[in-house]
Amino acid sequence: MRIVIAGCGKIGSVLVEQLSKEDHDVSIIDTNKEVVDKLSNQYDVMGVIGNAAVMKTQKDAGIEDADLLIAMTGSDELNLICCLIAKKVGNCNTIARIQNTDYAEGLDAIKKELGLSMTINPEKAAAEEIVRVIRFPSAMQVETFAKTKVEIVKVRLEEGHKLIGLKLVDLPSKINVEALVCAVERGEEAIIPKGDFVFQQDDVVSIVASPKKARVLFKKLGILKGRIRNVMIVGGGGISFYVAKALNIMGIANTIIEKNPERCRKLCEELPGSNIIEGDAVDQSVLYEEGVDKVGAFVAMTNIDEGNILMSLYVKKHSHAKLITKIHRIRYNEILNNMDLGTIVCPKNIVSDNILSYVRARQNSFGSNVETLYKILDGKAEALEFIVRSGSKVVGIPLQKLNIRKDMIVACIQRGRKVIIPRGQDVINEGDSIIIVTTKSGINELDNILDTE
Amino acid sequence: MNIYAILYIIGLVLNFEGAFLLLPCITAAVFRETQGFAYLVTMAICFVIGLPMMILADKKKKEFYSKEGFSAVAICWFIIGIFGALPFWFTHEIPNYVDALFETFSGLTTTGASILNDVEALSKCSLLWRSFTHWIGGMGVFVFVLAVFPKTAGNNIHLMRAESPGPQVNKLVPHLRDTALILYMIYTFLTIFEIILLIIFGMPIYDSICTSFGTAGTGGFGIKNDSLGGYSVQLQAIVTVFMVLFGVNFSFYYLIVAKKLRDALRMEEVRIYLAIIIVSVAAISINIAHMFSNIFEAIHHSFFQVASIITTTGFSTCDFDTWPIFSKTILVLLMFVGACAGSTGGGIKVSRIVVGIKVSIKAVKSYVHPRSVTSVRLDGRVINDDTERMISVYTVIYALIFMVSMILISFFDNFDFTTNFTAIAATFNNIGPGLEKVGPTCNFSIFTDFSKVVMMFDMLFGRLEIFPILVMLSPRTWRC
Repeated sequence: MRIVIAGCGKIGSVLVEQLSKEDHDVSIIDTNKEVVDKLSNQYDVMGVIGNAAVMKTQKDAGIEDADLLIAMTGSDELNLICCLIAKKVGNCNTIARIQNTDYAEGLDAIKKELGLSMTINPEKAAAEEIVRVIRFPSAMQVETFAKTKVEIVKVRLEEGHKLIGLKLVDLPSKINVEALVCAVERGEEAIIPKGDFVFQQDDVVSIVASPKKARVLFKKLGILKGRIRNVMIVGGGGISFYVAKALNIMGIANTIIEKNPERCRKLCEELPGSNIIEGDAVDQSVLYEEGVDKVGAFVAMTNIDEGNILMSLYVKKHSHAKLITKIHRIRYNEILNNMDLGTIVCPKNIVSDNILSYVRARQNSFGSNVETLYKILDGKAEALEFIVRSGSKVVGIPLQKLNIRKDMIVACIQRGRKVIIPRGQDVINEGDSIIIVTTKSGINELDNILDTE
Repeated sequence: MNIYAILYIIGLVLNFEGAFLLLPCITAAVFRETQGFAYLVTMAICFVIGLPMMILADKKKKEFYSKEGFSAVAICWFIIGIFGALPFWFTHEIPNYVDALFETFSGLTTTGASILNDVEALSKCSLLWRSFTHWIGGMGVFVFVLAVFPKTAGNNIHLMRAESPGPQVNKLVPHLRDTALILYMIYTFLTIFEIILLIIFGMPIYDSICTSFGTAGTGGFGIKNDSLGGYSVQLQAIVTVFMVLFGVNFSFYYLIVAKKLRDALRMEEVRIYLAIIIVSVAAISINIAHMFSNIFEAIHHSFFQVASIITTTGFSTCDFDTWPIFSKTILVLLMFVGACAGSTGGGIKVSRIVVGIKVSIKAVKSYVHPRSVTSVRLDGRVINDDTERMISVYTVIYALIFMVSMILISFFDNFDFTTNFTAIAATFNNIGPGLEKVGPTCNFSIFTDFSKVVMMFDMLFGRLEIFPILVMLSPRTWRC
């Protein structure tokens, strides 16, 4: 696909990296020469220096032939103008970053009027992810599919867990919940488990379930740590605001610790349900005063990555709270993963993941039947959504009789509004929307899931 | 410094050279010449050294950055020359290896300066190889490698930047490989077009292929002792036009192909390039009119010579060394101007001269209005300070290298000033013929081996635009 990225800040740069790695034709626009030079030296992309909202600059970047413009500059208004021009000149799809909460209400109208394919609010996207993690404290990560009707929940089997040593075949009789193990990560490897699969300690198990059933499932599995009743958030930025707002709606008590008095006042005005504390969380006495040892979840959201890491490590030592650490800038993933910081939230990656799944879906819609494509388990596996057309070989046969390839699994069937987590006797019908989880990439036809050998 | 990345690239390029050598082999087979075996042997040597090198280095880390990219390009150009000279030496057509090297570097760098007294004595396959080196060297070996072998290693842009002429290297399209492909497609198309036209107007097929290779790379090796003097006026006129075409920035053609004719015509560099040609032709035509029977003949010859010199090709139709001093002065100045950036020509490049002049005007203005804030524009776009600075630096280093070369060759070769000066100018700017003892009817065999080596370096400095070789020679590059 031909993609123009306007604005190469943190998010823009991650997008450039990801998209150029996936071999798209990427042009970048930024006013900062150094940024453009750096990125075009590092990746195989074409750089244009200039204001992305100027028609000539966009033309230089090849907007006329482009399929997609992604406006990621720091200014919402500029992004909208970029998209407007791109739409007029290039007649392409457009994605804009809209961050200002004031625009939230009119966003649908703006989106419709300007013909935007997607708007994205990095802070809100990150907040949604955090809230999902707080809702399922035992899960490492939660991803939603099929317009949030299905979730994939990742759980690590810690020592002494009752699933360890169990065969997958025996799982349904033990838990009796509509849920399905779709993938297991063991060390570096991702496995699509079949009936004779045996769970081991430290396996990271991905389970497909509807949001309601997921809670029941956790209870049955005995890994529900109990509902989180109070959350401590350090740093009162945009993400914290959205998190607190969502927590207030869900009725979860929350405390925000923020250094800046003015910001505290504003938060206090906008978040009547939250407990706003003016103070510097680097001071441990502030944390203790607010009962850090008793909170259910500790969310480190300051703008300083190093500070967040240290705070989380400290809290880990002194409480049993679920940890959520924001890391925005630092990229030493290998080391971070070993530090056991709980759930790491990286806003720029969340945004780029969202956009990437859009791009992949668009890409796939050229000459293939994949509706949407999600990379899951750190890109080690894919979840593909298909619409079942007439004449497909999979229609009308119970799943247990279908000879499905070893490295894939039918994770979910959506029939109208109903979501079915499939068992062996379930049947795929014409018109269903189904989700396949696979460790093999490059599947673009539903019939390809059958093992022909 | 990642030695393995460089070794891998050297191996890769040697394999490509082996493949290139297939062409003279085929020619030898067609004309049933025994010299073809020399090319087969060289081809075998290239593969024997190149393949293991590539395979061994393949397993290592191949990440490379600016310094690796630049020095790899410089080293590879040396290596291509060293191996490319072997066939001339094996066949004893050029018995002295330094002479063979000079001839090959002259070919690769699209200079076209020769040490051969009797070109026509060479076998057909050797003549073709000589001309073919022009074609490869013109658009660049790495641009070719990138076009057909995209995943060389990490940051390929550094390879392209080191090899492509001009102050700024811009991609035409987002993917480097596509850019390289587009460039070679335009290049190949124009070359084939010229071959066909020449054949239609009565040049033998073999001659037209060699001549077209020489024109396309703006090289200038003739396959006749009198260069193009013996061909008909029409053929000379066709070559004139194609020389001018190959001296144009290739972005111009891309814009035309991309149906952006208006943008193409607005390219300031191309306009000034054409303007310089027209003014020079007019001035020289008037100056030499008395030497020819009619004004059209004078225009024909002056046009051919101006095109040949400004694009740094170096073909000749007549001995311009006998022209009046005014005409000769203009031609020598054109040697320094050179063709457009992003073309196959050499010299300082029109865009550098244009920006240089604009920067100078800006400097004068800053004396008149000390507080004024100014910027330099090209094609309506502001030239940033970095580029401005690099152009000034380039000019200074250019002048320094020129002076050092002059002094070095003057010590061993006690020729008159014009000869030595134009010899360096003709090799440094990749032109070919100079004046006096290195004029169009003479050659470079008169120089000592030492001077030839100095001039070989000058040719490479000119073709790769100085910096890659300086990066390669700098001890700082190899220290870490």
